[in-house]
Amino acid sequence: MFAYCADPKSLEGLSWLSCYLTTGTHLSFYASFLTVLVLLAVTAPIALGFGFGGAMAARSGAAPLRWLGKGYMAMVRGVPDIVFFLFFVIALDQGIEWLIHQARCPGWTDPIRNGLEFRVCPQAKMPPNSAPQIVHQIYGFALAVVTFALVFGAFAANVLSGAMKAVPRAQIETAESYGMTPRQVFRRILVPQMWIYALPGLSNLWLVLIKATPLLFLLGVQDIVYWARELGGSKTSTYAYPHPDWRLWYFLGLLVFYLLMTALSERLLARLERRLSRGQATASGEAQRREGGQTA
Amino acid sequence: MKQLILSSALLALTAGGALAQDVVRMGTEGAYPPYNFINDAGEVDGYDRDVGDAVCEKAGLTCEWVTTDWDSIIPNLQSGNFDTIIAGMSITDERREVIDFTQNYLPPLASAYATMEPDTDLDSAVVAAQVGTIQASHVAESGATLLEFATPDEAVAAVRNGEADAVFADKDFLVPIVEESNGEFSWLGEDVALGGGLGIGLRKSDTELKAKLDEALTALKEDGTLNTMAKEWFGETAPQF
Repeated sequence: MFAYCADPKSLEGLSWLSCYLTTGTHLSFYASFLTVLVLLAVTAPIALGFGFGGAMAARSGAAPLRWLGKGYMAMVRGVPDIVFFLFFVIALDQGIEWLIHQARCPGWTDPIRNGLEFRVCPQAKMPPNSAPQIVHQIYGFALAVVTFALVFGAFAANVLSGAMKAVPRAQIETAESYGMTPRQVFRRILVPQMWIYALPGLSNLWLVLIKATPLLFLLGVQDIVYWARELGGSKTSTYAYPHPDWRLWYFLGLLVFYLLMTALSERLLARLERRLSRGQATASGEAQRREGGQTA
Repeated sequence: MKQLILSSALLALTAGGALAQDVVRMGTEGAYPPYNFINDAGEVDGYDRDVGDAVCEKAGLTCEWVTTDWDSIIPNLQSGNFDTIIAGMSITDERREVIDFTQNYLPPLASAYATMEPDTDLDSAVVAAQVGTIQASHVAESGATLLEFATPDEAVAAVRNGEADAVFADKDFLVPIVEESNGEFSWLGEDVALGGGLGIGLRKSDTELKAKLDEALTALKEDGTLNTMAKEWFGETAPQF
């Protein structure tokens, strides 16, 4: 990084540290923080989408749709996360390749499953072998997003479905008596009011999601925990910057990161809760109304 | 416009598919110096890297390096995430049942015990080793209590913090650790020769690739390249062909 870093063995003190902290591996370590943040930013809305879809399906009038919604919630919530992350991703990846294989290589005669091997024709590989490493990484990341979203979506579906049931019956009845169709009731009354009931559950999920990001490494994405372990492990003179076991310091760094993330989240969620309580028929909504009545 | 982007993206994907055979993805662990490790520039480095690159050049293949957990390296090969394992992996009969190996690219290696307490009795000691290695199976058979760790570095750390009495690993991995420990670590007992040397792991169905790699390895052994590389990474006492 800096010009004086050319010969690390001759460096000492601060200049050694400044060179050490700017090595290629450390830059990858810093970049992996970004990976985690992007994962959170992308996964949360998708998971919420899955959750909303699941909750709607579970309360649907059509029986097959209802079974689908309930089955999704029961299946995913009942299977340990780590099993899901180990099994589902491989199944998804192989499923995609199998489909492309069927489309692109109809003349292929070798068996796809051969003992423990899974072998599709080279044209069906996803991503293709010749693709640059970055494409492989993005593909792996996308698989991770889908898996995280499916798992957390199932929990969100349960939370949202509970929240939908918690909206006071009187509110719905009033809307119906105004002659609104079920669809209008859902869109205008139920959904705007349910968020305050869903928020405690969803904020729990969000915090769990933050803490579940180290599962990324199971999916082949090099996240902050992977790099902390890799960089913190003792390094002999085979490396340019030998040092003893420094994992403690790296993991302390991660601790600070996770605490900052969760502390920041809690502040934002508290603000969101105040906002969502406004005008609601709940205790905190009522309290706000009385307070607001005096100041406004 | 959207259509155009989509179709050009599809085209790019299909065009990539046609060339797919020419790129060989090399899977390694990246945590086992001097065989394979991530150097400070963030790239795979070590003896495995040098051998792999030389083999690819000889065989006229384009190679790409990928790192993965040691634990899942064989399943990843089988499900096609990469095409070869070149990760300081010893050729053993147990592994031969699930994957194929090329001829060895390093003769059988000495494994050694390193400890912080020289009077440890190996028969009743707690010995740390990396999970799924020939060293781990050797310890399990020897009667000592085996403690397994995901990475070799953690196995060494277990001895440092007193969890284990000794660590058992490839001697070349332990040499810099013992030498740079200011006398804290010492060798224990005799070296043990295990396995049939290091080989490049392949899917059993990849016979064509195996033939190519074997041919390249034979050439590299004959012209002395492998011997020079071994000396470079393991010192003058390196095993030679």
